Amino acid sequence: MSGSEKLTSSSSELDLDRPNIEDYLPSSSIQEPRGKLRLRDLLDISPTLTEAAGAIVDDSFTRCFKSNPPEPWNWNVYLFPLWCCGVVVRYLILFPSRVIVLTLGWIIFLSSFIPVHILLKGQDELRKKLERYLVELMCSFFVASWTGVVKYHGPRPSRRPKQVFVANHTSMIDFIILEQMTAFAVIMQKHPGWVGLLQSTILESVGCIWFNRSEAKDREIVARKLREHIQGIDNNPLLIFPEGTCVNNHYTVMFKKGAFELGCTVCPIAIKYNKIFVDAFWNSRKQSFTTHLLQLMTSWAVVCDVWYLEPQTLKAGETPIEFAERVRDIISVRAGLKKVPWDGYLKYSRPSPKHREQKQQSFAESMLRRLQER
Amino acid sequence: MGNTSSMLTQYDIEEVQEHCNCSFSQQEIVSLYQRFCQLDRSGGGFISAEEFLSVPEFAVNPLSQRLLRMLDGWNFKEFVAFLSAFSPRATTQQKIEFIFKVYDSDGNGRVAMNDMLEVLRDLTGQFISEQQREQVLTHVLEEAGYTKDSLLVLSDFMKILGNTGLKMEVEVPVD
Repeated sequence: MSGSEKLTSSSSELDLDRPNIEDYLPSSSIQEPRGKLRLRDLLDISPTLTEAAGAIVDDSFTRCFKSNPPEPWNWNVYLFPLWCCGVVVRYLILFPSRVIVLTLGWIIFLSSFIPVHILLKGQDELRKKLERYLVELMCSFFVASWTGVVKYHGPRPSRRPKQVFVANHTSMIDFIILEQMTAFAVIMQKHPGWVGLLQSTILESVGCIWFNRSEAKDREIVARKLREHIQGIDNNPLLIFPEGTCVNNHYTVMFKKGAFELGCTVCPIAIKYNKIFVDAFWNSRKQSFTTHLLQLMTSWAVVCDVWYLEPQTLKAGETPIEFAERVRDIISVRAGLKKVPWDGYLKYSRPSPKHREQKQQSFAESMLRRLQER
Repeated sequence: MGNTSSMLTQYDIEEVQEHCNCSFSQQEIVSLYQRFCQLDRSGGGFISAEEFLSVPEFAVNPLSQRLLRMLDGWNFKEFVAFLSAFSPRATTQQKIEFIFKVYDSDGNGRVAMNDMLEVLRDLTGQFISEQQREQVLTHVLEEAGYTKDSLLVLSDFMKILGNTGLKMEVEVPVD
């Protein structure tokens, strides 16, 4: 077991809402052999080796975070000039006009948000209402700045206590797209730079909760804030992206069980992007959010579908993990996504040694059992 | 990254094919090259142990550390050569040679009781005591006509594993 120390996850990473992979993985992919134990059975390590090589050649985890560049279509003599015209239009006409729209949006937003925020200190109700409206407006400006063609299906969410909305996560623009219809309070990773500044100033006012993925302390605070938030009658509906990380809109990774343990109704939201003009996946390893936005703003349009799905509640005898999986099923089916049995946080850390230990245990048990057989 | 595969010329591919005894078709090598570039996050032309372990399905494999120790920092040729044992075109002999290499950690062409115990330790971890492992191994060795002091060579491995119908195949996805 010399290698396992290397794999031990750092202590700061408490498994408060971390799902167990074993609960999701099929018990064992290696077929159980039968019969008396022989030397060749012990020496034959081919199943394990095959698994290792299979993971090297292709693995479902890496596939979840692969950006898919748009298919080029500028490959012949008459399409190429057309494509060039498109580039000119996109970069020289669409992009500047979108920058103007966005700037205008910011001017309108800030010039009304700041006075509302400062002057209406006494009247909380009115202030909340106006701020909510302004944040929705600002998000509409953002959507307009990439000519978002968004189709919403299903009933529009309303404010009521004891319900959370969960959605699959592709990019931060998921949040903007949902926010322009309804002022959600969202739970998100704290970002650096200008996004972080927005998070801690403006979005704070609609009740958003920020945390740092790797801080164990933060997680406890978030869990507490969550419970408080869902009790409030006039609080904005809560939105959680239970995957905890951006996935490329072809797959879903495991849902964190936090949102499913609150004992309230869970309303799934499925978001599916159409990739004909631009890939909306934000690959945060490769690009900053600003570059991602610029990429969207220089494309023809961002096309997407949003489905507000049937609210779900915990069934009798169902564990939060099973509940989370059921909701993930509903979202994956609606948005046409494939499910993979991996925790998205593995992007940032190693799997814990217990997964390997489980494989070792089943091998050891089968070996001893077969030794008994005569 | 989408265009990297076009950087491989016919010469390159043939050279790699030669290196892996033609276990992979040209298409498969192009695919493997794309995968190699994907795993080589730092873009240094080789994949470090750290980068391999970022694939969770590989990291949880009981033999992953041992496989990584066989080579330190893999370039593309070594990467393909490693995987060639898993090609459907590789002969049983090649597959068994590979298994033998996994056991023969010091590369002296002989596998002693100790080597086998080490692999068994990787596979069973803390779920069996050291003593028990030794007992089991001695028992099956003696049953097969060896003793615990026997040094197994490649031909022994061929004899033991040759007619078990090894299933050691990995399909390379080709688009």
